[in-house]
Amino acid sequence: MSTRVYIPRDAASLALGADSVAAFLRQAADVEVVRTGSRGLFWLEPMVEVSTPEGRIAYGPVNLADIPGLIEAGMLTGGAHALRLGRPEEIPYLARQTRLTFARCGIVDPLSLDDYRAHRGLKGLARAIEIGPAATIEMVTQSGLRGRGGAGFPTGIKWKTAADAKGERKFIVCNADEGDSGTFADRMLMEGDPFVLIEGMTIAAISVGATKGYVYTRSEYPHAIATFNAALDVARREGVLGANVLGSAHAFDIEQRVGAGAYVCGEETSLLDSLEGKSGQVRTKPPLPAHKGLFGAPTVINNVVSLASVPIVLTQGAEYYRDIGMGRSRGTMPIQLAGNIKYAGLFECGFGVTLGELVNDIGGGTLTGRPVRAVQVGGPLGAYFPPALFDTPFDYEAFAARDGLIGHGGIVVFDDTVDLAKQARFAMEFCAAESCGKCTPCRIGSVRGMEVIDRIAAGEQPEANLELLRDLCHTMKFGSLCALGGFIPYPVMSALEHFPEDFRTVHREAAE
Amino acid sequence: MAGFEPWTKERGTTIIASEATREGATLPILHALQEAFGYIHAEAVPMIAETLNLTRAEVHGVVSFYHDFRRHPPGRHTLLLCRAEACQSLGADALASHVRERLGVDWHETTGDGAVTLQPVFCLGLCAVGPSALLDGNPLGRLDGTRIDAALDRAR
Repeated sequence: MSTRVYIPRDAASLALGADSVAAFLRQAADVEVVRTGSRGLFWLEPMVEVSTPEGRIAYGPVNLADIPGLIEAGMLTGGAHALRLGRPEEIPYLARQTRLTFARCGIVDPLSLDDYRAHRGLKGLARAIEIGPAATIEMVTQSGLRGRGGAGFPTGIKWKTAADAKGERKFIVCNADEGDSGTFADRMLMEGDPFVLIEGMTIAAISVGATKGYVYTRSEYPHAIATFNAALDVARREGVLGANVLGSAHAFDIEQRVGAGAYVCGEETSLLDSLEGKSGQVRTKPPLPAHKGLFGAPTVINNVVSLASVPIVLTQGAEYYRDIGMGRSRGTMPIQLAGNIKYAGLFECGFGVTLGELVNDIGGGTLTGRPVRAVQVGGPLGAYFPPALFDTPFDYEAFAARDGLIGHGGIVVFDDTVDLAKQARFAMEFCAAESCGKCTPCRIGSVRGMEVIDRIAAGEQPEANLELLRDLCHTMKFGSLCALGGFIPYPVMSALEHFPEDFRTVHREAAE
Repeated sequence: MAGFEPWTKERGTTIIASEATREGATLPILHALQEAFGYIHAEAVPMIAETLNLTRAEVHGVVSFYHDFRRHPPGRHTLLLCRAEACQSLGADALASHVRERLGVDWHETTGDGAVTLQPVFCLGLCAVGPSALLDGNPLGRLDGTRIDAALDRAR
């Protein structure tokens, strides 16, 4: 009988050669290969798991050249080898996590609805159908779940607003335009456990009375797009989507739309314009999307992780979810450790873990082995923090109190070779390239910001230009229409605040 | 990578019609056209405008707003090289200089032999295995000069 082996097909695993490992193993041994998502331990990818009577045994990172030796060492029966990692759930990095939203990712076949059901899938949706819209929204509200895309708005309140809004039709829109560098949770989930997103969206639809949903996925994610479309086909065929969701009287279908490389379309109102077929221009609020969103109809727009966290709330109860976390940040956050970090990957845990624990204890410091100098938390609009702020707990309010943001939970680590003046300039350059152009502070301010930083770097009237840069950041922060122009001051000002020496080096050299 | 078909108005009309019934069809139409022809031919703009009852300016505005839509045919291979912060922290800037020098092109340009188009991209979600790229849709991670050269040589 063939031995069952599990090999991820997550895009990051593919980037490290998972496809050739799978092909080689199929040729070299009598195996049945199941392609899964990734567990998110990327320094161990490609990670191969073998089904044994003692459960799954993992090996990694497996390169093509290792396979003959692994087979000889009895890998297919869990034999000893230098690459043997043991039971994956006992690997400390995984054992320390609280995997709720990512409970199935890396374990199940992403396109097997039977597998999904066997791992407690669809129980949340069944419960929502049973208890009805009002009780479902109440549970989501009580769970304390807040928007995981970055804004942190309470999900239940958003749903309630859309549920109460009058409209002939209503929409559920999922924001899968995960454009922040250092983030990949949405991508991993759509590739590794797409049904949980479908289930979460369907619960939202039943709660607010929507019959159509859209997932807006960025074009940079071809593998997520393909897997999610395939999952939609399965869900329709099996009656999870369609005229009678799980045999109920509720009708709901989902269509995936693909973005076209505009970062600003991750902003919710810009995303709605893009879905309507326009250029992605930010809308003024009010009206809120919950009142007047897609095609003018009441619309719930939530991030992938927010929606995918709803089934566990329905299955386990609001208290179960709410009892994890700190302050007003309840439940778990899939934190993404990225960039120059030794143990890069996905780490889901309750809010409250400190930045230092994440970067040093869990992440193991830099990949290059050099000292950590700065970390950028929350994507291109997030602040650069020095190790002196590593006692900051991972919590929406704690980061805001230190002029930062957790955003979508990405942490990018830099070693001591980083030049923060260069990073600040990049932030302005990025904003200039990605601005939708609707408001002046963002459109013009970002270009002027680049120019001012260039003048500072060239040693031209540094004090006056630093003052001008601060003033410009103030204008952008308070005068921009959305978070793009409004938050770009975070990386710029934090670089200036915590790493002022980087803005002085050049003009000192010039003076010498 | 599969080659693109040459632009014809007839094929363009068919593709536009196949996507036009969707609500907010502009982006799905543009994606479908680019998938077939590799770029958005200038003649397609008034055709889309007429089908969707939009002005040519509106359609042109959409085509030019989004970084993805090309207005010229690409090379036989497309390399999307990540330039965002996570990849920067592991040397993406130096890698980009290496690639531009080796290919002899700048961003958005195609090599003289029509083999490779080089495009910048801001994040591929491969931030745990950077520096990263997509070559003809295939993800590449932990890139350095040697690895990217080998990948480009294999593709060409």
